[in-house]
Amino acid sequence: MTNALWYVARGTGVVTLVLLSVVVALGIATRSARPVFGLPRFAVVWVHRSASLLALVFLAIHVITMLLDPFAPLRLLDVLLPFAGPYRSFWLGLGTIAAELLVAVLVTSLLRQRIGVRAWRFVHWAAYLSWPVAVAHGLGTGTDNGTVWLWTITGCCVGLVLACVCWRLSDGFTTRPRVHLTDRTDQLAGVR
Amino acid sequence: MTTTTFAPGPLLATRTPDLAEHVRRTGPLPWQGPGGRLIGLLEQAGLTGRGGAGFPTWRKLAAVAIGVRPVVIGNGAEGEPASAKDRTLLSRSPHLVLDGLQLAAEAVGAADCYLYVSGTLTDHVRRAIAERAGRDRFAVTVVDAPDTFVAGEESAVIARIAGRKPLPTDKTQLVVHSGLRGRPTLVQNVETLAHIAVIAQRGPAAFRRSGTEAEPGSFLATLGGAIAAPGVYEAPHGIRVGNLLALAGGQAAPLSAVLVGGYHGAWLPIADALTTPMSRAGLAPFGATPGAGVVQALPTSYCGLAETARITGYLAGQSARQCGPCANGLPMMAQTLHRLAVGDRDRGLPDQVARLSALVVNRGACHHPDGTVRLVSSAMRVFAAEVDLHLAGRCSAVGGPR
Amino acid sequence: MKLHVDWTACEGRGTCVELLPEVLTEDPWGYPMPRDGSREPSVPPDVEPYARRAVEYCPRLALRLVPSAS
Repeated sequence: MTNALWYVARGTGVVTLVLLSVVVALGIATRSARPVFGLPRFAVVWVHRSASLLALVFLAIHVITMLLDPFAPLRLLDVLLPFAGPYRSFWLGLGTIAAELLVAVLVTSLLRQRIGVRAWRFVHWAAYLSWPVAVAHGLGTGTDNGTVWLWTITGCCVGLVLACVCWRLSDGFTTRPRVHLTDRTDQLAGVR
Repeated sequence: MTTTTFAPGPLLATRTPDLAEHVRRTGPLPWQGPGGRLIGLLEQAGLTGRGGAGFPTWRKLAAVAIGVRPVVIGNGAEGEPASAKDRTLLSRSPHLVLDGLQLAAEAVGAADCYLYVSGTLTDHVRRAIAERAGRDRFAVTVVDAPDTFVAGEESAVIARIAGRKPLPTDKTQLVVHSGLRGRPTLVQNVETLAHIAVIAQRGPAAFRRSGTEAEPGSFLATLGGAIAAPGVYEAPHGIRVGNLLALAGGQAAPLSAVLVGGYHGAWLPIADALTTPMSRAGLAPFGATPGAGVVQALPTSYCGLAETARITGYLAGQSARQCGPCANGLPMMAQTLHRLAVGDRDRGLPDQVARLSALVVNRGACHHPDGTVRLVSSAMRVFAAEVDLHLAGRCSAVGGPR
Repeated sequence: MKLHVDWTACEGRGTCVELLPEVLTEDPWGYPMPRDGSREPSVPPDVEPYARRAVEYCPRLALRLVPSAS
C-alpha cells in the first residue's frame, strides 16, 4: 500500500512537470496571437488554461499522496513553508515555492476581471519562474534522479520550453502577418 | 443678428495683466452665493464651451455640483498649433480667467481647483494667482501641460493632473460623474471661464446682446493664413467668415479655400466661405463646426492637397499611439495624401484615402482619428477638382505646391 | 447590451473576432472592427453568451459589456 502511494506520488510529480512544460509552451503560443497546429487562437487559450488546471490537479495528488505516505518525510508545514523539512530540505523547499507560485497564478487568473490586467500580468510572469524551480525540484528530490528515464523526460521538457522561449524572443514574434489593404503591391508593414 | 461694425468684445477689450487694473475695471469678484445661482445665470445666457465641443456650460456645472468633493479644472493647454486664443487670453487677462475659475468652484462646491497651462505660461499664471491672495476663496494649483496636440483632450488633462502621462484614457463614465481620482470633475476651457466671469459681472442679457438667438455671445478666433493681420480677434457668433477675415485686414491674396475649426475642422470652398456664418448651424452643411475658433485662409498659391497632407502628417505624428487603428491608420493616410499631393498619378489613391478613413473612424479612445477624417474628407470634397488635376500630373496652385 | 472596447488596452490579438464573428470583423492590422460601424456595437440577446465568452477570453481584458440604455 505504501509502496503504491510512493509510486503514485513520484509518478504524479513527473506528470505534473511534463504538463507544466506543455502549459508554458501553450502560454507562449497564446501570446503569439497566432493559430497553432490548426487550432484557432481562442482554442489555444482554452487548451492552455485547461492544461494548467490539469497540471494543478496532478500537483494536488502529488502533494496529498506525499503527505499521506508514512515513509515520505513531508509534513503539512513543508507544504506551506519552504525549507522547513529535514529530508533534502533545499530541493523540497523548491517544490513548495513552485507550487505556491502556481496557486497564486491560479487564484489571480480566476479573479482576473476584478484585479485588472497589470496585477494579473505581474503574477503571471511568476509562472515563468515556477517552471525552472519545478525542474530543479524534480531533479533534486526524486530518489530516482539518477535514472535514465527521468533525465530523458526532463531533457525533453527543458528542450521544449527552451525552443519556445527562443521563439518568444525572436524578431517578429509580436507582429502578425497582415492582410493587404488594397489589391496593389502596397504591403502594410507589421506595426509594433 | 449680424451687424457690420463690431464693438470690441468683453474678453479682449482691455488688457489687464495685473490685479489692480483688473479690479479697477471690473470691481470685486461677483460671488454668487450658494444655491446654484451662477448655474441659473449661465442657463439664461446660453453659454456653451469654447474649447471646441460647444457643450452647454450650465449643464456641465449642474452635473458636477451634485457630486461629492468635485474638482474644477481650467484647461488652457491649447494643443492645436493653429490656435493662439488661450495663451493670448491668459497673458492679456489672466484675472478674468481666474475670476471665472473661482466662480465655477463656488457654484459646484469644489474641493480642489487646477489650472492647466503650457509650460511657457506657468510662471505668469502663478504670479497672477499670488496677487489674488485676498480675492480668492479657492486655492488653485497650476499644472504644466506639454505642447502636444492631444494634451488638451479632457481625459488627457485629468491623467496629467493625476500624475500620469498626458494621454487620453478609456472612457468608462462621463468625467462630470467620475473624473480625477474618481471624483466629479468639471473641465472647462479658459475662454469659457472668462465668459463666466463676464456673465456674472454684467448679467446674461449683456452676453446675449451679441451672437445669434441659438448661439449667443462672442468667441475668440485665431485668424491665420493669407490675411493682412493674422492674430486673435473677438467676434460674435454668427458673424460671416468674410466679415471675420475683415477684422484681420481682409485677404492678403486671392483665396481658394478657408479652413474652419482648426486641424480637426473642415475646408470651405471660397465661393461659399465668405458668406457662411461662423455658427454650428451655418457651418453644418459643410461638415464643419466653429470648433475652437481657428480660421485659416488658403491662398491660391498654396495647394490645398499639399496643405492637407502636411496637416495630416502632423496629426499622424501627434497620435498618442495607444490605439491600433489610429497608430496604424493615420500614418498610412498621411502617406497616401502625401503621394497625392506630390503628383503620384496612381488612380487608386482617392479610394485608399476613403478606405482608410472608414477604417479609423469611431475606433479609438479619443476622437483624434475622427477629427482627422473630418478634415481629410472635407479636403477630398472641396479639392476634388485638384485631385483630378494631380492625377493628371498638374496642380492649380500658382507657382506649384509648397 | 453593447460591447465596449478599451482601445488603449487592445493589442489586436484577435481572440474576440474569432469568438464573436456576428458582431466583429478584423481590420487589416488585426484589430476588431464592429460590423455595424458604430463605436459600441450592440450585441443581440441570442449572441450575448458568446460576447461574454469573448470578454472573458480577451488576453488584455480590453472588452466590456455595457447596458444599452442611454
